[in-house]
Amino acid sequence: MESTQPTESKIIELKPFTDEMIVNMGPQHPSTHGVLRLELRLDGEIVREAIPHIGYLHRCFEKHSENLSYPQIIPFTDRMDYVAAMNQNWGFCLAVEKLLEADETKDFAVPERAEYLRVLICELNRIASHLLSFGTYGMDIGAFTPFLYAFRDRERLLLLFEKVCGARLTYNYIRIGGVSEIIPMEPGSVFEQNFLEEIEEFLDYFEPKIDEYNDLLTANSIFAERTMGVAVMTAEMALSYGATGPNLRGSGVDWDLRRDEPYSIYDRFDFNVPVSKDIPELGAVLGDCWSRYKVRMDEMKESVKIVRQILAEGLPDGPVMADLKAVRPPKGEIYFRSEAPRGELGFYIVSDGTPKPVRVKGRSPCFSALSAMQELSRGLMVADIIAIIGSIDIVMGEVDR
Amino acid sequence: MNPEEIYNTLVNKFGESVLSFDTELVGDTSIHIASTAIADVCQFLAETDTLLFDSLMCLSGLDLSTKDEEFSVVYHLHSIRHRHNVVLKASVPKTDAHLPTVSHIWKTADWHEREAYDLYGIFFEGHTDLRRILLPDDWEGYPLRKDYQEPDFYRGMRVPY
Repeated sequence: MESTQPTESKIIELKPFTDEMIVNMGPQHPSTHGVLRLELRLDGEIVREAIPHIGYLHRCFEKHSENLSYPQIIPFTDRMDYVAAMNQNWGFCLAVEKLLEADETKDFAVPERAEYLRVLICELNRIASHLLSFGTYGMDIGAFTPFLYAFRDRERLLLLFEKVCGARLTYNYIRIGGVSEIIPMEPGSVFEQNFLEEIEEFLDYFEPKIDEYNDLLTANSIFAERTMGVAVMTAEMALSYGATGPNLRGSGVDWDLRRDEPYSIYDRFDFNVPVSKDIPELGAVLGDCWSRYKVRMDEMKESVKIVRQILAEGLPDGPVMADLKAVRPPKGEIYFRSEAPRGELGFYIVSDGTPKPVRVKGRSPCFSALSAMQELSRGLMVADIIAIIGSIDIVMGEVDR
Repeated sequence: MNPEEIYNTLVNKFGESVLSFDTELVGDTSIHIASTAIADVCQFLAETDTLLFDSLMCLSGLDLSTKDEEFSVVYHLHSIRHRHNVVLKASVPKTDAHLPTVSHIWKTADWHEREAYDLYGIFFEGHTDLRRILLPDDWEGYPLRKDYQEPDFYRGMRVPY
């Protein structure tokens, strides 16, 4: 009988990786917050690389600006970050005003009343922007209710903006040298009184709501599981990638332009700068998605605080527009940055002394924050990509300009 | 440190590579650096303890007019630790726009340099992934150059409107 000799043992190689699969996420996908295409190189459900492709919303802001006068550029800034357009208007106007102020031959100053109106409106706009971010982040992750709550409250803010400038989204309200005067809001008028009262009513209604939202989403165990400890951005990484605003503070860097390089009249108000830290009992790690999200929730309270201080003081009397015949900055250049809801919004303007700029560059906070995406997402699951995009809170209009 | 002190520090360290300190224009003052030395200067600014420029706020290409024979690249730096700012400028000839990358020093420079390449056609040597970022990959020309002429058609679509 033939014995079946054991042949030499076969070595079966166990390959831990499956073939790489490339999946295009976007450009049309609700959770990419606009038209962002992510090229995902997947190993099963693990993301080896997520390469962002941007530019789908590029509207040539910088090229257009070279052919327009300074006041004509302001509506274009509206279309950058269209959920916080007041802050974008302001950022651009601040840069031009800095250049006008630097001209010693002319006497130029923004009136007090305009400064108060700007801070008031921009802080309300910050709340509206963070509300949208909070609502859509919940929806991305699978919680539909917060979205409805957030939009209900944001609607009230949009109605207030509509009252003051006639538009709900693209305001063109803040102008070079002051604010728009289209709506007659004379000092002490009934219109002004009603407007301020309405804001106060909103704040009284809204302040307790923030705690409700924290109960609803922040402390929600499913939400916490999805966001805590995911995509940790260290402070060094955040600085190197140029992440700013809530993303930077979510990594534990205590930096806010409103406090540290105060512009306009922010030095007159008393507010805290929320900064994240490790919370081991909850499971939150410094710099994770949850930390970045939480900074926004806390910032809404601080914005309410600032608006309340303005309401307590009342708006000062006087004009809302500087006496400015033509906007004609001197030959020179300026880079000025301000704290928009999504981080530091910088404008680099080069002027040759004519009414049109030679160069306008918008340094958008989302552009820099999104560039960290590739490194943040390496080795995570596909579902975590959604959590990252929501937590760095991008608006594609600003990324692509 | 104010920009003038930073300029003096740089002159002591790099000598002739630091070309000039520009104060005559209104607004920001800027330090001109020879384009070949820009990466070394940035490395020095980012790593020296007394300077410690930990963030690159903005990196922009610049073309002042069609008459100029040079593009500029402008670096706006900021130090969160020391709370000071400085503006660096490097000029490159339009016919041969090459200069070293700084993307290994600040990672945000990666995308900013890609944007400058995309819109001005400035090549950053040593950049690992220099390709168009805002415009389509097959777009021809560099739109923010002052002498740019837009094409009549792009993939069968009329461009000028």
